Amino acid sequence: MWNFPLFPQQASTSARSTDALFFFLLGVMLFFAVLIFVLVFIFAIKYRRRDTSYVPPVIVQLVSLEAAWIAIPFGLVIVIFAWGTLLYFEHRSPPPGAIEMYVVGKQWMWKTQHPEGQREINTLHVPVGRPVKLIMTSEDVIHSFFVPAFRVKQDVLPGRYTSLWFQATAAGEYHLFCSQYCGTDHAQMIGTVVAMEDADYQRWLGGGAAEGTMASAGERLFNRLGCATCHLESGQGRGPALGGIYGRGIGLANGRVATADEDYLRESILNPGAKIVGGYPNVMPTYQGQVTEEQLMQLMAYIKSVKP
Amino acid sequence: MSSKTVEPVSETPVNYLNASFGLRSWLLTIDHKRIALLYLVTITLFFFVGGVFALLIRLELLTPRGDLFTAETYNKLFTMHGLIMIFFFLIPAVPAVLGNFLVPLMIGARDLAFPRINLLSYYIYAVGGTFTMYSVVAGGVDTGWTFYTPYSSTYSNTHVTAMVIGIFITGFSSILTGLNFIVTIHKMRAPGLTWFRLPLFLWSIYATSIIMILGTPSVAMALALVAMERLLHIGIFDPRLGGDPLLFQHLFWFYSHPAVYIMILPGMGIVSEIVPCFSRKRIFGYSFVAFSSLAIAVLGFLVWGHHMFVAGQSIYAGIIFSALSFLVAIPSAVKVFNWTATLYKGSVSFATPMLYALGFIGLFTIGGLTGLVLATLGLDIHVHDTYFVIAHFHYIMVGGMVMAYLGGIHFWWPKITGRLYPDSWGRLAAAIIFIGFNLTFFPQFIVGYLGMPRRYHVYPPEFQVLNVFSTAGASILGVGYLLPLLYLFWSLKYGAKSPANPWDATGLEWMAPSPPPTQNFPVTPLVAWEAYEYEKREVPVA
Repeated sequence: MWNFPLFPQQASTSARSTDALFFFLLGVMLFFAVLIFVLVFIFAIKYRRRDTSYVPPVIVQLVSLEAAWIAIPFGLVIVIFAWGTLLYFEHRSPPPGAIEMYVVGKQWMWKTQHPEGQREINTLHVPVGRPVKLIMTSEDVIHSFFVPAFRVKQDVLPGRYTSLWFQATAAGEYHLFCSQYCGTDHAQMIGTVVAMEDADYQRWLGGGAAEGTMASAGERLFNRLGCATCHLESGQGRGPALGGIYGRGIGLANGRVATADEDYLRESILNPGAKIVGGYPNVMPTYQGQVTEEQLMQLMAYIKSVKP
Repeated sequence: MSSKTVEPVSETPVNYLNASFGLRSWLLTIDHKRIALLYLVTITLFFFVGGVFALLIRLELLTPRGDLFTAETYNKLFTMHGLIMIFFFLIPAVPAVLGNFLVPLMIGARDLAFPRINLLSYYIYAVGGTFTMYSVVAGGVDTGWTFYTPYSSTYSNTHVTAMVIGIFITGFSSILTGLNFIVTIHKMRAPGLTWFRLPLFLWSIYATSIIMILGTPSVAMALALVAMERLLHIGIFDPRLGGDPLLFQHLFWFYSHPAVYIMILPGMGIVSEIVPCFSRKRIFGYSFVAFSSLAIAVLGFLVWGHHMFVAGQSIYAGIIFSALSFLVAIPSAVKVFNWTATLYKGSVSFATPMLYALGFIGLFTIGGLTGLVLATLGLDIHVHDTYFVIAHFHYIMVGGMVMAYLGGIHFWWPKITGRLYPDSWGRLAAAIIFIGFNLTFFPQFIVGYLGMPRRYHVYPPEFQVLNVFSTAGASILGVGYLLPLLYLFWSLKYGAKSPANPWDATGLEWMAPSPPPTQNFPVTPLVAWEAYEYEKREVPVA
């Protein structure tokens, strides 16, 4: 029982960079805490009241001293701010080529899906040494995807996508917590991230998924829902061709330009009239209530995979 | 008035306590001092109710399994602990109790500018508190004190609406109290009492009042919208109804972050009174301490987004909020440095109020420094919504604010009641609270960095030892809080009678007898001195 950890495992690239800044800040905190404690302690003891007739000198203020203890902390917080912001950018910028996995949170479980089609519940297998990007949404309330050993966390919102990325550095099983309070069984909305050496991961994937890759499942859905009747590959259909549009700027009917990211595609499926592509009529029906969050993600994977 | 500090207390002269008798004379009083006592009783009640919830939470967390309470019950416990402590204790405690009692006395006035509105504030607070207690008794609320949507607006099956109404109503009490203080400090200062002669307690109360007036309407609207979405299903926050769940977080934190400064600024004001008095020395850097209160009040409104670094707000918003959050650390640091410098070459005594003030400086320093971790974008990602945050804000709210509040109660108790309490008991309780507090909350920094999320009633077993420390500390802390309740009650009947100025302190409130007469000062004092002229020892009489 007394053999308990005082510091979390470091199992991702961002764990190292996060801890580096944390130790720097720990040094800053210790310096100031010790400075204040020692000064208060010394002053309180050295100048303790011994003689009630002693009248302390009048020291009103010392502008130079005030300036110093405004300027020095100011300079220091600029350094911390800059370092912390760079780290934040690192957290928010997945490297190109990251494996895209999909996560759906709901009260009270995590549903994950790999591009190869494997689905998991409350577990996520990832390869060591390769960047993984998670694209996440929620079916109900706000959740938060938190893996302490990776030092990553991102709230998962209903009605839109958020993402995070990490690159595991050590094989092992790590806690996955929901860290945004989400109701009764919030504390049970936990799971495991299993980091495996790449070869083991490939072997694990090798089992294959019954329904094929996410993109192929998305393609079947695309045909079944009748999307293909309008979104012709040739671009001659009633709706725009979807090949290669992911990530591109789209000229809208109202003259604005929207980036065709996951949130745009999602909105265009569920609320097609919101942002009409220029040159096309507003005729697409809504698919609200006809596709689940997971199916939306499969459609997304398919649209991303279509070549122009 | 003769207010020589050494004047022996004669046979109970007429004062605000014995000027009239009967329940009616208390419940319908418009005397700011009596209203302060009404608040004191009510707030103490809420403090112990919230405290019992806290102890139950700590009991459950003694083991990693959920063996004491069900998940539902535990979720209600931490929700009600937070709601009661924040809205019904921390926010009103210092302004409504000590502020009410001291603002007129410190400026040489007879009462607040609007005595009847002051009484109205109390009753609004009481009505809001009644709604809240109703929702607690009826079955409680399980949303967390933050009411995040769409959980609170659509999914929770608990008594959210009654609770929200209670907080909405209580907000008006805050607004009216703030308004009353601002007008009073502007218009009713005694002749000669210029702004830069004001005690620093008043500067911090003034800054607090500004936040109360400007911030409270925002949270009131946000909570009203939650209630409307629950009742009428208007789509403000729930994406299924076309709303935006993050909008709630913006509206909520626009008030609730400044509310942190509503809670801590008055505490800083108290420390700024106590430290000079028990060092027999002027405060170091008066104007820097005074303006840092205003800087905190202004900057405090611009940092709410640091609660949302992982919530899905834009990266660039996060950067701005992070930078501003670092800026707000500077005025807080300035205060700590100035209090420390005030001790230099002083004549430091360790009476009970001073122990609380020194404890405040230490704990607030830890709380403030760990806040830097949370303001740092890249680090907040890891510690957000973990016990690191819990530890940080309890160091500010309990280690800072509650220590300061108790210091203030002990400092002005002889003025309020006319009785002295046993100082040795006071110092013992302060020491117990300090030890119990650190044992409770320091391990939470470690377990937080390890990754233990907040609001979990079951947790992985490797976190248990640190949680056992916390729970042990909480039981010590509980004893520490009960002690003052006992000996302060005892002093009401058995305590020695207090002279007008038992601490030999500066400040107009000490020139009035203890307890003061209803009208405070028979003749309006003329102020020809600065605050904290301790080198003159005896304050001249106007």
